[in-house]
Amino acid sequence: MRTKLAGILGVLIVGCVLIATGCKKSPETPPVEQSAATEPAAGATPIKVGAIFAVTGGASFLGAPEAKTAEMFVEKINQAGGVNGHKIELLVRDSGGSPEKAISMAKQLIDEEKVLAIIGPSTSGETMQIKNICQEGQTILLSCAAAETIVNPIASYVFKTPQKDSDAARRIFQTMKDMNIAKVGVVTSNDGFGNAGAKQLADLAPEFGIAIAGTETYSTGETDLTGVLTKIKGLDVQAVVNWSIVPAQSLIAKNMKQIGLDVPLFQSHGFGNIKYVQAGGEAANGTIFPCGRLLVADVLPEDHPQKKLLLEYKTDYETRYKEDASTFGGHAYDAMLLLVEGIKKAGSVEPAKVRDAIETLQGVVGTGGIFNLSAQDHNGLGLDAFEVLTVQDGKFAIYQK
Amino acid sequence: MNFALFVQYALSGITVGSVYAIVAIGFNIIYCTTGIINFAQGEFLIVGAMIAISLSAVAPLPLAILGAVLITTALGAAVELVFIRRVHNASVVRLIIITIGLSILIREGMLHIWDEQVRSLPYFTGTDSSTITILGAHISLQVLWVLGVSAVIVTALTLFFRYTTTGRAMRACSDDRMAARLCGINDRWMVTLSFMLSAGIGALAGCVVSPITQTQYDMGAPLAIKGFTVAILGGLGNSMAAVAAGLLLGLLEAFVVSQFASAYKEVVAIVVLLLILVFRPSGLFARRGTSVRTA
Repeated sequence: MRTKLAGILGVLIVGCVLIATGCKKSPETPPVEQSAATEPAAGATPIKVGAIFAVTGGASFLGAPEAKTAEMFVEKINQAGGVNGHKIELLVRDSGGSPEKAISMAKQLIDEEKVLAIIGPSTSGETMQIKNICQEGQTILLSCAAAETIVNPIASYVFKTPQKDSDAARRIFQTMKDMNIAKVGVVTSNDGFGNAGAKQLADLAPEFGIAIAGTETYSTGETDLTGVLTKIKGLDVQAVVNWSIVPAQSLIAKNMKQIGLDVPLFQSHGFGNIKYVQAGGEAANGTIFPCGRLLVADVLPEDHPQKKLLLEYKTDYETRYKEDASTFGGHAYDAMLLLVEGIKKAGSVEPAKVRDAIETLQGVVGTGGIFNLSAQDHNGLGLDAFEVLTVQDGKFAIYQK
Repeated sequence: MNFALFVQYALSGITVGSVYAIVAIGFNIIYCTTGIINFAQGEFLIVGAMIAISLSAVAPLPLAILGAVLITTALGAAVELVFIRRVHNASVVRLIIITIGLSILIREGMLHIWDEQVRSLPYFTGTDSSTITILGAHISLQVLWVLGVSAVIVTALTLFFRYTTTGRAMRACSDDRMAARLCGINDRWMVTLSFMLSAGIGALAGCVVSPITQTQYDMGAPLAIKGFTVAILGGLGNSMAAVAAGLLLGLLEAFVVSQFASAYKEVVAIVVLLLILVFRPSGLFARRGTSVRTA
């Protein structure tokens, strides 16, 4: 009896592992159409553009709006006659946030589809995995992920549209300094974005005279963080910084209130999605985070150069998809924008020429800021691309001291 | 570590442990009747919570939860009638593999119905920031709901399996299907009933933990794995022990976090599971030589 039971249990463990690893990472069916907006022009050959987004899975907060935005952008361009007479054919792939899948999708897009460029992936972990593949395949990669390591060191074919991690960390520390905060605790998710953020925070803290009393990482699927936060509480910190893109961002605000850790909560620019605020409930009020201006487009001064574009994108997105626009969708918008501007400037669809053109783009107004690219800077956004935001009554507002 | 902090770790452990415990209970019911582990149990939880969240938009919370439990119970019955009953002379392992397939099917179904967003039910009492204070540390009111509901479920199940004819019949099926059938027990309906019960209890558990853990279509599997670990730890089939084991694992994880990097807490859970399987395969709380399938 005992051996039989043990045998059955052995099989169960295998089952467990199967569910934990294989099945969890493979939501097979992406809810978006595999290739939307595919109407090749009669004359010129269409330009094939690949898109790898985490449409499902834990990073779907990023990937779903990105995929929708890219489809919307391409449809609009094609209706207006395409770029230099070429229509764009967008091939969307859902990686589910898995780096392994991103690799095989990138290879397939480069080798079989022979795309001119890939936009995405959504997460830094995935982007770092395919950075070299795109470089070697001489395919332009316009990443929608934030980690600094994507464009530093520079790979000539690799660009990214979200603002720099280091600038986000600088804005956070600057705000802390203004609030006379000198000792903080850091919590990050155990993924590419979180690890890169933890490094930036640790590197930049001394510059602002801020001490990091402790750094804790948590797994991306975490459902309760009171244990980790208790540890931070024991360090007597004046503020908590959470750096992640996963749903735990909402949990952390709740859990802090629940264990009575009453210090300001700073989040990374990954918090820029109103759904996180809604999921965080009233505990999310007062959260401070650096972010692009999309979320506060309607309260920007009239003469702000980004205002017109931001409002237009926001209105288009929200009327079409009946959900709030997020900065993440904006990253995909900017990626498509840089590509289209690059193609126009190059007057060609040869990868090498388009790449050269993108590298020299100046003053392109996007959703994330104003892009000024160069051979040394494959992101092109400065510190001023970030605005410091906060949450008031469940809504985003510009932070004022 | 000062005393207040110690208590806070303990309460944090209880928070996590209470979730593990209530998930584990569901595993035991189907095991009690059929001897199989239902790997779709985690999905029952999420389906229940998702339905309750959708219903709570149009109905008051208690009604929404009741509706979710009833609909998920029906789903449990459908699953058994369509997938499990049709398998003839099935070995336990084959049935288990079927439940793994079912879990994937249900998860993908949820992705299409409810998309990929994170949702949660409102806290049953108070708001997400309201807590009670014990010895200088804080715990969310929702944890008390989880513990309370677990206690009610365990008590009800124990009474049901020990003192009602149906409950005894279900246990008999688990011990020896053929003998039970010879005694006039309709073993097929007992299996269906166990799936219904397990789905209903899973749905209730999903609703109660939703404010704490939040709910997303693919959260079932990680929850189920912890629940399964706890069910094994307590001794399969023993719901009361499952609750104790759940709290034990939660506390263990909380204190591991207090001393090491939090990434190590998963290691602890898996090491505990392995040690239990090697040294006490019938569970921490099982007495040697007694049947473990006593609910």
